[in-house]
Amino acid sequence: MAGIPVIDREKCQGCGLCVSVCTCGVLVLIDGKATFVKREGCNICTNWCTLCESVCPNEAISCAFDIVFEDS
Amino acid sequence: MSVQAEFIKSIPYFSGLGQAELDSIRGVVFEKKADRGEMLLFEGEPAETLCFVVAGAVKVFKTSADGKEQILHIIRPGDSFNDVPVFSGGANLANAEAMGAVVLNMIKKSDLEVILRKYPQVALNIIQVLSQRVQHLVSMVEDLSFRNVTGRVAKILLEYAGDGAGEKPRLTQQEMAAMVGTAREMVGRSLKTLEGEGKIRLDHHRIVITNREALREMAGVTL
Repeated sequence: MAGIPVIDREKCQGCGLCVSVCTCGVLVLIDGKATFVKREGCNICTNWCTLCESVCPNEAISCAFDIVFEDS
Repeated sequence: MSVQAEFIKSIPYFSGLGQAELDSIRGVVFEKKADRGEMLLFEGEPAETLCFVVAGAVKVFKTSADGKEQILHIIRPGDSFNDVPVFSGGANLANAEAMGAVVLNMIKKSDLEVILRKYPQVALNIIQVLSQRVQHLVSMVEDLSFRNVTGRVAKILLEYAGDGAGEKPRLTQQEMAAMVGTAREMVGRSLKTLEGEGKIRLDHHRIVITNREALREMAGVTL
């Protein structure tokens, strides 16, 4: 599923750092694991800022890029 | 757990072989599946099997004593890894990890030796594959020695740009950093720089190359 960062639930330790830095406010802790929730009227992860990925101490979130040519 | 005959025919190692030869090779090939993040090989362990990627992508990398990672190759369908230690009789040179769900075909070293003695064409194919591998490593040494980070990031973007059909693996900034030999933050800064210069556009989870020629110039690609 492109467009949403991938959370590895085994690596996630529920520290909540990603929740505190998420610029869209779509990350919450559910049952001690970081989870994306859809808010009314917006897409999950509007910005792809990748802050959640950079702040996670366990490398549990991954924000991968598709690299494409403009004319394709 | 069946090994597909069509796949074996498409591997560069086994090109130019007849059906009977391919059938006998298929008899010694076995399949293995792995999930994202699963370690397939560990650096320093004895090399027992040659591995081919059937589906998915495999990251071949080394780690430094202080935990820094350098990616040597990303292996895609049809390509092999662990060739050098299997042929030279040593230990695995690097680690290998599945980048997503992968399907592998593997041949034991002892079975491979039998194949090589029976079918000399395979040895010729292997020489060609290893020569290409050497070319890739020489190019990588050139990049790490002579090009700056933004130029190296530009080169990676050009190499990994697909037509959006999903044939190439999606890369995180950390993976790009491990390939160009820098820190994740530098990749982020390089992407912003390239966007500011109008060579790429950051569109959510897509990096769109908008000025291919300028990016090639930045990457020092002359061909």
